[in-house]
Amino acid sequence: MKAAVLVFPGSNREGDVAQAIELVTGRRPQMVWHGDGNFEKVDLIVVPGGFAYGDYLRCGAMAAQSPVMAEVKKRAALGVPVLGICNGFQIVTEAGLLPGTLMRNSHLKFVCADVHLRVETSQSLFTNRYQAGQIIKVPVAHAEGNYFADADTMKRLEDRGQIAFRYCGPDGSIVDGRGNPNGSSSNIAGVFNDTKTVLGLMPHPENAVEPMFGGTDGKALFEGMVEALS
Amino acid sequence: MTVAKEKNPPVKLPNEPTITPQIVAEHGLAPDEYERLLKIMGRDPTMVELGIFSAMWSEHCSYKSSKVWLKKLPTKAPWVIQGPGENAGVIDIGDGQAAIFKMESHNHPSYIEPYQGAATGVGGILRDVFTMGARPVANLNALRFGDPKHAKTRHLVSGVVAGIAGYGNCMGIPTVGGETNFHAAYNGNILVNAMTVGVARTDKIFYAAAAGIGNPMVYVGSKTGRDGIHGATMSSTEFNEDSESKRPTVQVGDPFVEKLLLEACLELMATDAIIAIQDMGAAGLTSSSFEMAAKGGLGLVMELDKVPMRETGMNPYELMLSESQERMLIVLKPGREDQARAIFEKWELDFAVIGHLTDTERMVLTWHGDVVGNIPIPPLVTEAPMYERPWTLTPLPPELDASKVPAPTDWKASLLTLMSCPDLASKAWIWHQYDHLIMGNTAIRPQGGDAALVRVPGAPKPASHKGLAMTSDCTPRYVQAHPETGGRQAVAEAWRNITAVGARPLAVTDNMNFGNPQKPEIMGQFAGAIMGMAEACTALDFPVVSGNVSLYNETEGRPILPTPTIGAVGVIDDIATSAGSRLVQSGLALVLIGDTRGWLGQSIYLREMHGREEGAPPPVDLAVERRNGDFVRGEIVGRRVHACHDLSDGGLLVALAEMCLSGDTGACIKLPASDVAPHAYLYGEDQARYLIATDDGPALVAAARHAGVPAVLLGYSGGPDITVDGLLTLPLQELRDAHENWLPGYMNSTA
Repeated sequence: MKAAVLVFPGSNREGDVAQAIELVTGRRPQMVWHGDGNFEKVDLIVVPGGFAYGDYLRCGAMAAQSPVMAEVKKRAALGVPVLGICNGFQIVTEAGLLPGTLMRNSHLKFVCADVHLRVETSQSLFTNRYQAGQIIKVPVAHAEGNYFADADTMKRLEDRGQIAFRYCGPDGSIVDGRGNPNGSSSNIAGVFNDTKTVLGLMPHPENAVEPMFGGTDGKALFEGMVEALS
Repeated sequence: MTVAKEKNPPVKLPNEPTITPQIVAEHGLAPDEYERLLKIMGRDPTMVELGIFSAMWSEHCSYKSSKVWLKKLPTKAPWVIQGPGENAGVIDIGDGQAAIFKMESHNHPSYIEPYQGAATGVGGILRDVFTMGARPVANLNALRFGDPKHAKTRHLVSGVVAGIAGYGNCMGIPTVGGETNFHAAYNGNILVNAMTVGVARTDKIFYAAAAGIGNPMVYVGSKTGRDGIHGATMSSTEFNEDSESKRPTVQVGDPFVEKLLLEACLELMATDAIIAIQDMGAAGLTSSSFEMAAKGGLGLVMELDKVPMRETGMNPYELMLSESQERMLIVLKPGREDQARAIFEKWELDFAVIGHLTDTERMVLTWHGDVVGNIPIPPLVTEAPMYERPWTLTPLPPELDASKVPAPTDWKASLLTLMSCPDLASKAWIWHQYDHLIMGNTAIRPQGGDAALVRVPGAPKPASHKGLAMTSDCTPRYVQAHPETGGRQAVAEAWRNITAVGARPLAVTDNMNFGNPQKPEIMGQFAGAIMGMAEACTALDFPVVSGNVSLYNETEGRPILPTPTIGAVGVIDDIATSAGSRLVQSGLALVLIGDTRGWLGQSIYLREMHGREEGAPPPVDLAVERRNGDFVRGEIVGRRVHACHDLSDGGLLVALAEMCLSGDTGACIKLPASDVAPHAYLYGEDQARYLIATDDGPALVAAARHAGVPAVLLGYSGGPDITVDGLLTLPLQELRDAHENWLPGYMNSTA
């Protein structure tokens, strides 16, 4: 699997995701600068976490207009898989690659903590190494992760199986508010586009790939992509 | 003094006022200090020159009250690469790698404007570390707030924590540890001490000393605005009711720009274009340019009109004294300007050649071609005021007999009270706002062990996971009661915390927070604390490699508790051999290491249960500290320890409760037969003690005895409760509710 990781001024988890990809593939991904609208052909584009352009204006709003994102939109339309994590989720959402939006956390504070997620489907190139219904533990670290979409969009996401991950209790229970770190609608932690070739999620699977450094529950996401894309 | 004769006396700018005694006083210079200035200058200064002297001779920049004492601290060891005097201390951590670290206060600004004050405190300490060539790998902070009931406390906690989070999270540096305490003595002067630890290659460390006559001086980073003018002077006086009006002296930070500056500087550092580099911190362009020239024994010409400006109509005085953030000064090798400019332009940062080095040992400032300042550099440094202020040591209070302290009538209630008191309650509300996981190297997180443990990036493969352990410690009530003991204890506790995760303690950074040094009893606290710290650092081979002094932490004559915060760093060869403090397994033996006399003087128990802050603090026997610690560390790296926690505030029972809660496993212990009263045994704060969870209790006790270390098997882990045989059984859930709900409840209440 050949991967590209975008780097914006203010990105700061690009190294973490590059390290996770290298751990799984044995190969360092290509790092692509935000002004580069013509990077080489890859199997996967990762939009990493951070504070692209300082999160000025609105998280992801400026990055969504960058030259590199114009190219990402073109390639996504051709079916090239895109993974947006945290700020990357905000950016791909602002770019229109995913429905909905990410608002300020309901408690108005930044939150960094391990959360439990229920994997909603194994039927995607990102989640094929998980079982549907599996509970995994990965961290979140954000101030704007409160997913929101209008009622019609929410229904469509549900009907088409576009919800990838939901926040849940340690036992997998989805009770309103419990285990939800940011107040997101329907406990949504990650969503797909309608072809399931774009995934955006707030949690950081890249920070859960080694036993002594946060556990390994995030590793299967990267392994699954390698399997699907190699 | 021999300095080049002044060839170009400065011109007066339009509207420049005549210097009056009142203007001198407003610049914080005493009359005799101004006389000294006149002798050096040989004429009346211009306003910009006066401003420069004022900043350079402020307590904050000159250490004029503390220097004679700081010299008494041990600063050398074979692993010390750079001690105090540079932007940060540097130690060798093996494999051609160095750890670079420092702790610095941002107390006064944080009280006036908590969000920006704390945020720029983080920004400043990060720059101190990356200006030396290190990529920062972790942040810590030590916070002291006033009484929770004080009207401003909630607002200050909220703002400071959000400010630290806002800056550190955006920079992408994990904030992995620290401490937060509350005491009425901080009502008018909170403490915000921020520490950064970075990692560099030992052959790629950058210093401030300028070299090479004619070489260009380059300004990079943000533009200069009018923020923070006179910040250094403001931090060098006591507060009064007018301090609120000093809000404009607080700098405003932009972590996004600092992140760009970090990346751009590291990219430039990877080339060989840099001769010297210095960040612009307190007193901005003034102190950075002076330090670079003075350390290099050179002079310089700076064309101030070339400085990138954020606002129109700025004048030389404002440019020299602005404390605008996210700026650096660099001396480049000749002809490297274009290479450097390309890097900074890529990162969309300002880049301007603003001057060059000369052989005159004078700082010449020009403004559109006219000389507006011309100051001889060496005497400004060598003739700086230095005071040996009168000092009176605090006498050792009498020892408090434990029999004079009542035992609890309700044991359960006593543990609940202690675990939910502001100093001991869970600080999760705070550290969950800090990204403590970014970079993917955090092995021991907040509340996971006595020290944070972070993997060292870039260690050679296939070597195991080398780790840096780091902690911040001070027990101000001990220092208040007896500064020498308190100073010794702060160092010993930091050493113990590094030890308790299995790492080798290597060096410390000290952040000395005290009141007005012009009062003999305050200067005596400072002197006493230094004596105790020096003794402990020497005995534990734990040199001081960097530090910072914050004086005048007083409001309307009321000083803070003396708070010499100790930040410490240690190394462990393989993180797989470390230990945290979480009790996660049932059936483990719980062994108490160290001698228990039941010392209740100055204990949390005494304060929280009986409202008394009295007696002598627990004595610190450094030989015993070392013996016990070396034994514990050997057991941990020998992989015979599941969990280890040092005993500090609240003593044995609080330590056990913390281990149980963080690992979600109960425990049952029985006190050994002894002549120490149960409440003194459980809540006494005797030093040099650890609580260890291990598979084989009797073997650990035997090994300890063999090493001459007191050890006793107290009980076993397991079950849903914490039990002390015959005294209390408390469900963990009840304890957890009390421990975890205090701070969120306090912050969310409106009263």
